[in-house]
Amino acid sequence: MNALKKLFGGNTRQFGMIFALVALIVFFQIATEGRTLTPGNVINLFNGNSYILILAIGMVLVIIAGHIDLSVGSVAAFVGVTVALAIRDWGIPWWAGILLGLGLGALIGVWQGFWTAYVGIPAFIVTLAGMLLFRGFNQFVGKSNTIPVPADFQYIGSGYLPEVGPNTGFNNLTLLLGLLGVAFVVFSELRARRTAKALGAEVPEGWVVVTKLVLICGAILYATYLFATGRPGTSFPIPGLILAVLVLIYGFISSKTVVGRHVYAVGGNRHAAELSGVQSKKVNFLVMMNMAILSGLAGMIFVGRSTASGPFDGVGWELDAIAAVFIGGAAVTGGVGTVIGSIVGGLVMAVLNNGLQLLGVGADLTQIIKGLVLLIAVAFDVYNKSQGKRSIIGMLTQSFNRPSGGTPLQPDEVTSTKETISRES
Amino acid sequence: MTSLDTQGDPVILEMRSITKEFPGVKALADVSLRVKAGEIHAICGENGAGKSTLMKVLSGVYPYGTYTGDIVYQAEVQQFKDIRASEHAGIVIIHQELALIPELSITENIFLGNEPVKRGVIDWAEARTRTRELLARVGLRENPDTPVKEIGVGKQQLVEIAKALSKSVKLLILDEPTAALNESDSQHLLDLMLGLKGRGITSIIISHKLNEIEQIADSITIIRDGKAIETLDVKADGVDEDRIIKGMVGRTLESRFPAHVPKIGEVLFEVKNWTVGHPQVQDRLVCKGSNFFVRRGEIVGFAGLMGAGRTELARSVFGRSYGRFITGSIYKNGKELQLKSVKQAIDAGLGYVTEDRKSLGLNLLDDIKTTTVSAALHKISRHFVVDANKEFTVAEQYRKSLRTKTPSVEEGVAKLSGGNQQKVVLAKWMFTDPDLLILDEPTRGIDVGAKYEIYGIIQQLANQGKAVIVISSELPELLGLSDRIYTIFEGAITGVVDKDEASQESLMKLMTSARKTA
Repeated sequence: MNALKKLFGGNTRQFGMIFALVALIVFFQIATEGRTLTPGNVINLFNGNSYILILAIGMVLVIIAGHIDLSVGSVAAFVGVTVALAIRDWGIPWWAGILLGLGLGALIGVWQGFWTAYVGIPAFIVTLAGMLLFRGFNQFVGKSNTIPVPADFQYIGSGYLPEVGPNTGFNNLTLLLGLLGVAFVVFSELRARRTAKALGAEVPEGWVVVTKLVLICGAILYATYLFATGRPGTSFPIPGLILAVLVLIYGFISSKTVVGRHVYAVGGNRHAAELSGVQSKKVNFLVMMNMAILSGLAGMIFVGRSTASGPFDGVGWELDAIAAVFIGGAAVTGGVGTVIGSIVGGLVMAVLNNGLQLLGVGADLTQIIKGLVLLIAVAFDVYNKSQGKRSIIGMLTQSFNRPSGGTPLQPDEVTSTKETISRES
Repeated sequence: MTSLDTQGDPVILEMRSITKEFPGVKALADVSLRVKAGEIHAICGENGAGKSTLMKVLSGVYPYGTYTGDIVYQAEVQQFKDIRASEHAGIVIIHQELALIPELSITENIFLGNEPVKRGVIDWAEARTRTRELLARVGLRENPDTPVKEIGVGKQQLVEIAKALSKSVKLLILDEPTAALNESDSQHLLDLMLGLKGRGITSIIISHKLNEIEQIADSITIIRDGKAIETLDVKADGVDEDRIIKGMVGRTLESRFPAHVPKIGEVLFEVKNWTVGHPQVQDRLVCKGSNFFVRRGEIVGFAGLMGAGRTELARSVFGRSYGRFITGSIYKNGKELQLKSVKQAIDAGLGYVTEDRKSLGLNLLDDIKTTTVSAALHKISRHFVVDANKEFTVAEQYRKSLRTKTPSVEEGVAKLSGGNQQKVVLAKWMFTDPDLLILDEPTRGIDVGAKYEIYGIIQQLANQGKAVIVISSELPELLGLSDRIYTIFEGAITGVVDKDEASQESLMKLMTSARKTA
């Protein structure tokens, strides 16, 4: 137990969600007699959930800034049908279709961002209207028909990394990707440690770092193995690749850039942010616009995967994305949340869905279980916070950069009575 | 009902050897408190000394069993399990942050949770009648149906007291009751407390305003570092402010202000004909044609009662972050500035430390280092990417130079005491390297020791050739700190006095009259 604590720098409970994910995978692996961790199933899992995870990336930023976006499913559907129609009727190439889709997403984002940020209508209302509006547009433009897309466009939703180089028995590009991932993790961890040391900050002991790296790299290599040894013609899926790139980009933006800082600042305390020179309207506008662009991308990937656009694409996606973000440790009041956390949250839901399906559990029971998981995960987090610890995922992702322990909040006369009371109870 | 103490005075409350521990800290260690029936008993101590914790133990916020020791109230050992239980016994606590609901009327607030009921339906007629009586008792002339948000903070405080009276209070606890009140409202409140004392209600008051305590308290218990240091009898012991401070900090403060020789240069900032309208009310002006200037190295005080328009003036100058701009111009080194946003103001070398740290000044979710750099991110970033190492180094530098008490700069600001939070806010603005720093109530809610340090920082900034404006409700603070003081009354600047000619009386006169002298 002590060793575990040291390993994760603080409190093991804060890693509940990662453990939950691992435990869930192990459970289903046993319960399904090994059908969970097969190349085919894992690929399927990624393909079938990448668009939700992409939405979760945008959604977490929206939620950190203190808003919510209910329109993502409808926006995705509208962009999907428009792109499908443009390719079919105007004969534009696939890449032009993607550019068109991203552009349309941006345009919708400008619309919603304008109302939210500059008119000051709560995002809940703006995007509730958007949900109806763009669902309507989807059915109006597509005349409620199913519109197929050509094979080259399908590649973004159902393609795989190609086979290149010598025959190693693995997919070489997937292998390369996995090795790059390992190198990246090792490099960044060691660099963070070195700079922390140079600055005189506290660093964890050597064996802690080594164990942590071994665990993470082991997981990456195992995933690589699964993806690289699938049935011929399959390998690491393209949507997964897009997702990975987006996670890297947005993870970086949210934690390391000025814009990212501003998003957290506006969500944490808008007045304080404004009085520090943050242009909160601009920040709100950007997060709403970004969400719409990512919705458009998710819509196109889904159309590519299902080979056609339909009138009911994207129904209920907003709820999946929001659930992923909250399971991943974000706060309803804003200011808290991480991209990685939301991805983990989304994966918990995805694994649950997939595992229950493999077990032959019906859709009814699956929904009940998912609902309970969402409630329990957030309740657990709220409980932890009331004990004075940071959110599970917040701690988790922080510990990648720096060591920090969850010291309990100490009573002082600065925090208001209400906070103190709620902390105590 | 009440027991008698050794001198034969009846004692209403005795807290015996109270010890309260939180994980990792002992907030109260063996604290005893004895309050005589019918007296006003003050509790003094620096922030974090344990005053509020003690009161929370008494009022049942920390229920019986979470502390050790006995509470003897009206000659019985009490075991309050929540606030309701203590209120039932006649102990009512009024917190620093008022617990009124802005949208509800005075009547609804007073009887919230305690509504008079006739046959299962709330009897509003009865409630209104009783509200009128209660308001008369606290000397508040307001319609019982007025929503609480429409009356000022001073009156809201009175509504809280009326609410306490409605619960037939025997022991009234007031936690910093005058912190948000101006002088006249404060005085009214203090008079009211004396009036309640005349009717046999015992009060416990926690306050940082020692002059008020000196004025109304019968006895004073001083708490330091979770321990009760001493209990003073105001009349018998001849207690004055210096005596209280000595007890609070454990030493005599030779001076409450660090020694300072001003090095004043040429005029750096000048504001002319500054007129600003109220953000919501069409015809109301919050600043009326104000003119003022600040010189290099000068600390300029702004004196005015609460609501006089000091904060409004400061915030509207700071990138128009308050109100509707009507006319006015700002000059720096004689050149006119265009400051239409906070960002422009910061870029032009202005800084503004807000009066309300928690709701306007800090993101309580952030840690110290993030806060320190938050107003000048461009200085530690390249191509919009924040350099985490520089961030750490900068925060560490300020932690050392301002002597912020914290285990590390990665600690959350919510965990710091008021004085240390203020140091972090000061660090944030010092890092923007402003030419003009406006400090709005820089020492509000900060204990005596930390105040001294903050004054030192302010003087140091002035000595670096910066222009500093200090807005404060505490006249002794302005007199001790500033080189020149402007007075404001109802949005207009009514006078300017040099340090050597200023006195509390002369300032007060200017702060309460519309006479134009400047």
